[in-house]
Amino acid sequence: MITELLTNPFYQRALVTAGFIGFANGFFSGFVVLRRNALSVSALSHTMLPGIALGIFLTGSLSQWNAFFGALFAALLVGLGSVAVARGNRVEQGTALAVLYTAAFATGIALLPKLDTRQELEHWLFGDIIAVGNADIWIAFGIGAFILLVTNLLMRPILLTLFEPNVAAAQGVPVRFIQYLIFTLLVMALVSSLQAVGCVLSVGLLVTPAATVSLLTDRTSALFWGGGLIGGIGSMLAVLVSGKFGIAPGPAIVIVLGLLFVLAYLFSPKYGLMAPKRG
Amino acid sequence: MIEAHHECCAHHGHHHELVIENVSVNYRRVMALADVSIATSCGNRVALIGPNGAGKSTLLKAIAGLVPRTSGTIRWRGTAVKKWSREFAYLPQREEVDWSFPITVRGLVEMGRYPQTGWWRAFSNADSEAVDRALEALALQDLQDRQIRELSGGQQQRTFLARALAQEAHVLLLDEPFTGLDRNASQLLGDLLAKLAHEGRLVIASHHDLNTVPNLFDEALVLATRALAFGPVSEILTPEMIERTFSEPSVQD
Repeated sequence: MITELLTNPFYQRALVTAGFIGFANGFFSGFVVLRRNALSVSALSHTMLPGIALGIFLTGSLSQWNAFFGALFAALLVGLGSVAVARGNRVEQGTALAVLYTAAFATGIALLPKLDTRQELEHWLFGDIIAVGNADIWIAFGIGAFILLVTNLLMRPILLTLFEPNVAAAQGVPVRFIQYLIFTLLVMALVSSLQAVGCVLSVGLLVTPAATVSLLTDRTSALFWGGGLIGGIGSMLAVLVSGKFGIAPGPAIVIVLGLLFVLAYLFSPKYGLMAPKRG
Repeated sequence: MIEAHHECCAHHGHHHELVIENVSVNYRRVMALADVSIATSCGNRVALIGPNGAGKSTLLKAIAGLVPRTSGTIRWRGTAVKKWSREFAYLPQREEVDWSFPITVRGLVEMGRYPQTGWWRAFSNADSEAVDRALEALALQDLQDRQIRELSGGQQQRTFLARALAQEAHVLLLDEPFTGLDRNASQLLGDLLAKLAHEGRLVIASHHDLNTVPNLFDEALVLATRALAFGPVSEILTPEMIERTFSEPSVQD
């Protein structure tokens, strides 16, 4: 059964793409866990839907690129909008974000059925990794490689910025730039996972892997590489398993990652529920 | 110990001077620090004392370059420090640290090498040795794989001190280092600061317990937004001075 699947070119592509996307998102999930901003990631992921709708609306067609720029634009608008509203000192940023992203998401849901596209709404909500083409693989690979390259080159200033922004600033780290960079990479990672798991579930791919690792180790670098491995291997495994059980691969990826997290939560030798209590 | 870099020592006679002249800091409209001037040199332990909101933390942060000075100059070893000097290390107040950050003791001490390595250069043997020496000097070798929250208060202070040593910092700026430590840990930290100063470093720390100042520090600066008095502890901590400083209505935070 598995070998049959492996010779199927659709599955081969799906597996490779799942591996790339899973690794890149898993790697980046380390930063999400360090920044403790999983909730705003969730908000931004929902914002991508109206962004995609806008991209289709403006260009009249659907491609990876206008989906990408539409999603990027909407995420930036809502993200920075929430910061601007919070400046007013009356509404907290989390509140502002919740208001803006639900409004944007609702707009997307309302708008998408009106657009004349072959794609179903569900495709963008939940992804369809079996349908990926070669171009999708290259985009996933390109974004993944870019994220890995940039974060590894700037690992030290990024860590300093996340741990002690004021000390980092004193030492000459361009803290503001690094924060915007992380935000941009975050949106890129989210967009790259659209094809695999869709915008709603992309949060799972961008939070769960490093959250799992954080239960297993205290080494900062392990969050990234371990998160990448768990994300990549978990995603590929999920694609295989989904074929066997006849469930959609997108949800399967997030389910597998969720199960790994629960296992770590229960059995982690140090932080697990079953771990001996330490004094 | 990293003594080679500190050829100056209180006992050698040639002192490296830290000169702070007319430093003022405003937060928005509020004046946090007005026209503070002091001159001291390495080998000393300087206590910053004064009521809450007197600007103790602000002065430390201004020296460390964490908050911009509105005016004034800071000179170290004869050179003006524009924003930050690699020879300065700032140790934050305990509650300002994100203790649940997934980083080990060793990982934190390694951060002290970043100013030397820059953003890209890989850790050399010399870097690892500097980290090892710093861990050893503060008796943290056995704790180096611990996550920083799993340490006692004294061990947490020592971890940040170790980072300062790994950085080969000459001036240690500590914000309320003794707060929350029990008697033993305070004693240990006091001895450590004495040793670090003896080796030629300049220790500047904000401190709120007047009773322990004579044991822990050589010089004291009494702050109430302005510098009210500065000098050897024995001359500063007179009953009149204490009365004058702490009876004044305290400035808002």
